Amino acid sequence: MDLSTFNWLPLLAALMVASTPILLAGIGELVVEKAGVLNLGVEGMMITGAVCGFAMAIATESAVIGFVSAAVGGAVLSLLFGVLTQVLLSNQVATGLALTLFGLGLSAVLGQNYIGVKGIEISAVNLGPLADIPFLGPVLFQHDGMVYVSLLMVVAVWYFLNRTRAGLVLRAVGESHDAAHALGYKVVRIRLAAIAFGGACAGLGGAYLSLIRVPQWTEGMTAGAGWLALALVVFASWKPGRVLIGAYLFGGLTVLQLNLQAAGVKVPVELLSMSPYVITILVLVLISSGRRGRQTAAPASLGRAFHATT
Amino acid sequence: MKLKTLLTSTALALGVANAAAAQDPTQACFVYVGPIGDGGWTYQHHQGALAVKEAYGDKVEIQWQENVPEGADSERVMTQMALSGCDIVFATSFGYMDPINNVAAKFPDVKFEHATGYKRMHPNVTTYNSRFYEGRAVVGHIAGRMTETNKIGYIASFPIPEVVMGINSYYHHAAKVNPDVELVVTWVYTWFDPAKEADAARAMLDQGVDVITAHTDSTAPLAEIAKEGGKAIGFGQASDMAAFAYNDDGTPGPRVASIIDDWSPYYVKRVGQLMDGSYEQTDSWGGMPEGEVVIGEMTDAIPADVQAEAQGMIDAITAGEYHPFTGPMSNQAGEQFLAEGETIEDGPLLGMNFYIEGITAEIPQ
Repeated sequence: MDLSTFNWLPLLAALMVASTPILLAGIGELVVEKAGVLNLGVEGMMITGAVCGFAMAIATESAVIGFVSAAVGGAVLSLLFGVLTQVLLSNQVATGLALTLFGLGLSAVLGQNYIGVKGIEISAVNLGPLADIPFLGPVLFQHDGMVYVSLLMVVAVWYFLNRTRAGLVLRAVGESHDAAHALGYKVVRIRLAAIAFGGACAGLGGAYLSLIRVPQWTEGMTAGAGWLALALVVFASWKPGRVLIGAYLFGGLTVLQLNLQAAGVKVPVELLSMSPYVITILVLVLISSGRRGRQTAAPASLGRAFHATT
Repeated sequence: MKLKTLLTSTALALGVANAAAAQDPTQACFVYVGPIGDGGWTYQHHQGALAVKEAYGDKVEIQWQENVPEGADSERVMTQMALSGCDIVFATSFGYMDPINNVAAKFPDVKFEHATGYKRMHPNVTTYNSRFYEGRAVVGHIAGRMTETNKIGYIASFPIPEVVMGINSYYHHAAKVNPDVELVVTWVYTWFDPAKEADAARAMLDQGVDVITAHTDSTAPLAEIAKEGGKAIGFGQASDMAAFAYNDDGTPGPRVASIIDDWSPYYVKRVGQLMDGSYEQTDSWGGMPEGEVVIGEMTDAIPADVQAEAQGMIDAITAGEYHPFTGPMSNQAGEQFLAEGETIEDGPLLGMNFYIEGITAEIPQ
């Protein structure tokens, strides 16, 4: 099989769509971890967002309301985690894992009446002449709005973290909550806000699955995307730009191997399927064996409980 | 040995005494690998369980547990079921094979039934399966007749004999009516991941495939095919997936037919046998004749003559007149494994690990 007949255009377009859910969830989790909180419940928040978004979109026939509801649903669930870990000081790892289990169960209950229901139709945004550009048009400018929202989100998060005072405070809380507290910043409040933002992003990512990528509700439909988003943050070594690269790389590998198979090219499917995880492990090894050590990559207070004593 | 015999007979006597003392309802218990809401595999098993309840009313009680992971967890679940008074336990996934045999050894007076497995290490373990390849033959025929690009697709889960025989059956019957047909197989290495299943369907559509059948559990491939607006078609898998049969405006949708796993006849029969005392250990492999493999309603998207041909094949298989693996058939190397008119035996079919002649891809190792 030669590659000359291989149809590359749809592959590149499909890559952007396939990567959007983990990109959204990943960029949210990045902010959470930058604030020093490790929320392993991404999968649970995504699936809750998926069912909330689907249910509300069906009820109102509006994709926008669907996505907003998904963000609210994800944020509310994440605040449960927030209260438990920030106010009641429970263990973040255990609470995060529990949140995933809870989210999967809750979404199954909420979604019972939506099994087998067809989703609403969501068309691409009209970008006018841009969509007609040869090559670039079909690849970049014929997508649904959420693809562009996710890209804007990456830029906004980068700007927020690196160019604003509030972003600096958030990073300070993540690096040393004691120092931030001593300076008078409300550590718990800031962390709760970050957690809610992460939950909302995860909810959006989940709704992207149930409303656009698959368009339907099925129990357990995220099937591990939340865990991929967590791996993505580590892969990106906590940098927004790299989250984008990583998401498109992870998503791209999946679509690429499926497309190559469909085109009849012999590819080692098993290897490509596990490659995102292998790459993440490699990056982890590289980060932690680097000369400056791991401390410089991960926020220093990541996963540590904060209790104001004074 | 004597002690064991003694214990067994005591247990039997107790069992009889129990049954005599009070007309306790028979307890039928089901272990599911996924959620009932998957709309496919587990959903169909649960429909079978509900059919048992409906058939025998107050005389049976059904119990089930969803999302039971294959492996050690399932052993605990089944032990718990046996302890809580289940008379018969149906374990509905391949990976429960060793756990169910372990538990069966400890509870000789409880019946255990394992779907799609082959190990029967104790007299109280039965295995059962369905001849899904009969359904693949029918949809393969429809695919061969209806493809316009001459490219038909198969979303495959894992390279195991059950999937390989499905692929061969599908391609064989498509190629029979359309020698130009080309088969595209995409391995997704999962039974259930809607996003990945949708991606696989999208990849095949992008590469020019216009008829797709799936060997995975969700309806995502059909939802993806629907985006083509009638230029491509697919089939319901495991369950009818009737939601995709017609569009909102009443025109035929992406699902033009379906392969339904109907476990009800088998479950009703086995529980009935348990109640009337005719129950025996078996190794069952039912198909269309037993009503376990059913082709769902064919929509008007399929031309009338093709529908008639497909119905003819269904009737022939149901009557036992036609076996989808009837020679002459050759493997990819061109070596004939079935001579003219010869049908395949169950043994080689259950171990099928090669593609038939005409398929250009290779089975991943």
